[in-house]
Amino acid sequence: MEEFFQQLTNGLAVGGIYALIALGYTMVYGVMKLINFAHGDLFTIGAYLGLTLLLSFGLFDKIGPLAAVGVLAIMVMILVAIIGALLERVAYKPLRRSPRLTAVVSALGASIFFQNTIMAIYSPKFLVYPHDILPKMAVNILGLDVPIIRILMFLTSLALMAALYFFIQKTKIGTAIRAAAIDQGAAKLMGINVDRVIMLVFCIGPALGGAAGLMVGLYYGQVNFSMGWMYGLKAFTAAILGGIGNIPGAMVGGLLLGVIEALGAAYISIAWKDAIAFCVLILILIVRPTGLLGERVAEKV
Amino acid sequence: MKNTTIIFGISALAIACAPFALNTYWVDVLNNVGLYAILALSLNIILGHAGLFHMGHAAFYAIGAYTAAILNTTYGVPILWLMPVAGVLAGLFALVVARPIIHLRGDYLLIVTIGIVEIVRIALINNVFDLTGGANGIFGISRPSVFGFKITKPQHFYYLIWGFAAATIFLLLRLEHSRFGRALLYIKEDEVAAGGSGINVPQLKLIAFVIGAVWAGMTGTIYAAKMTIIAPESFSFAESVVLFTIVILGGSGSIPGVILGAFLLVGLPELFRGLAEYRMMVFGAAMVLMMIFRNQGLVPPAPKHYAIKPDLRAGGAQ
Repeated sequence: MEEFFQQLTNGLAVGGIYALIALGYTMVYGVMKLINFAHGDLFTIGAYLGLTLLLSFGLFDKIGPLAAVGVLAIMVMILVAIIGALLERVAYKPLRRSPRLTAVVSALGASIFFQNTIMAIYSPKFLVYPHDILPKMAVNILGLDVPIIRILMFLTSLALMAALYFFIQKTKIGTAIRAAAIDQGAAKLMGINVDRVIMLVFCIGPALGGAAGLMVGLYYGQVNFSMGWMYGLKAFTAAILGGIGNIPGAMVGGLLLGVIEALGAAYISIAWKDAIAFCVLILILIVRPTGLLGERVAEKV
Repeated sequence: MKNTTIIFGISALAIACAPFALNTYWVDVLNNVGLYAILALSLNIILGHAGLFHMGHAAFYAIGAYTAAILNTTYGVPILWLMPVAGVLAGLFALVVARPIIHLRGDYLLIVTIGIVEIVRIALINNVFDLTGGANGIFGISRPSVFGFKITKPQHFYYLIWGFAAATIFLLLRLEHSRFGRALLYIKEDEVAAGGSGINVPQLKLIAFVIGAVWAGMTGTIYAAKMTIIAPESFSFAESVVLFTIVILGGSGSIPGVILGAFLLVGLPELFRGLAEYRMMVFGAAMVLMMIFRNQGLVPPAPKHYAIKPDLRAGGAQ
């Protein structure tokens, strides 16, 4: 039973990361009906930028670990948001009126470009985050020793998701994003600057993805130029699981996938861990393509 | 029309004579180009003709190669005899996995096929059924022989591979202009209208999928024979992406375009060996630029013309 709960907390911590990345996929899909294949690589960029900033400023010695992680996260999020907006401007904006496949291929090209740029700048090797930056202690919750970093990760993802949810639901800009997701043409007629909305979506999504990258770096302690691909696919699975285009769906899907994967790795086989996520993906697409919370039927002729 | 015939004739002649002018290294490069060309042509049936976004082609290729390798190393069956077996198994696998997902819309299908190729790779690494040799793969696959002539040198493989490529091109040209090929074109252009004209859309899509998989499986056999050692990493998702890119950049639905794409994506990087670190970067950027400035590919398929039968001209059937 102890093992079960440990896996559960681990799954929730990783699931929070999947959810953060999934939000980027789902928001872009919601507004543009495009799978942004480069999103996983924006996540990797976040992890690498986090490492670079961490090593170059030595913030941890100056202002203590928690404040340093906070500052680091904000810097990473801003930088990755800028890269995301640039990506949209260069690779997707000229393709607004093209057939869907062209944008997908462009996204793949951008993904390959990012991955290899990271590899050329850093190195093909795994890079290691400094070990001693976050407290290693565990907190006892109901007789269970949970590492504090898991709790922090889970809480951070929840906080970011809650912030996004309120932004989308309660603010005027959020309403504009939702309107553009439902009907771009009508949104334009209502005076919404759809181009601006898309730009914004390409800032918010990558910012969350970048934050997730930083968290993965801190949690696992190592980063690799190609890791974004697997995280991207898993997060995309999470987005589908919750219902793509649906923001609460991405959150639920991410957490659920994290837990399924952690339990599957523990009780079925660790070697098949990645395959479990893909089986979930295939099953959900066959059985319920709209996902758990998806209400809109995506089939448009 | 005249000009294209001349160009194709010269290209065919150049390919036939190439091994006499090139050293072994370059012949081997052309062998790889040939293998990728055949694989991309088989993907072209699915992606270019039927318009199905399939990015898991390496899975079928892998199943063909592993089938041939396992049967060859365990039972000593001559490797080229295994081509049909490998093809049929890859086709059956395609039938089983594609049947439930064939109705999925464009990018959903893309994601599912990525999932399938990853599952196949993980299965191979995990030594599924104790047959695949895990992460190390299978080695000691025997060299093929044709009528008692043992094929060992790259120059020999060159003619095996490009001979198979020529046969593939011939058959695909026949397929393209057949009733089946025209139906696929219609599905790609307008699925609803095709269905309305009495074309059984899901069935034809499935057939296209299976034909592409059979061909990829047979090509896998040649690959296994050429390498004599195969490992899961040769069939990773990246291979599927390369094939997908060859078809899209070359011109999806166009046979000369796909072959040109194979030369550009597999052959050209060999010229820039020294810049190996940056070539994938350039590929990525090239894909983005291509989509922005020429999204139909380098050599898009020519619009098809069919002569109208005299009795159907003005006035219709008499």
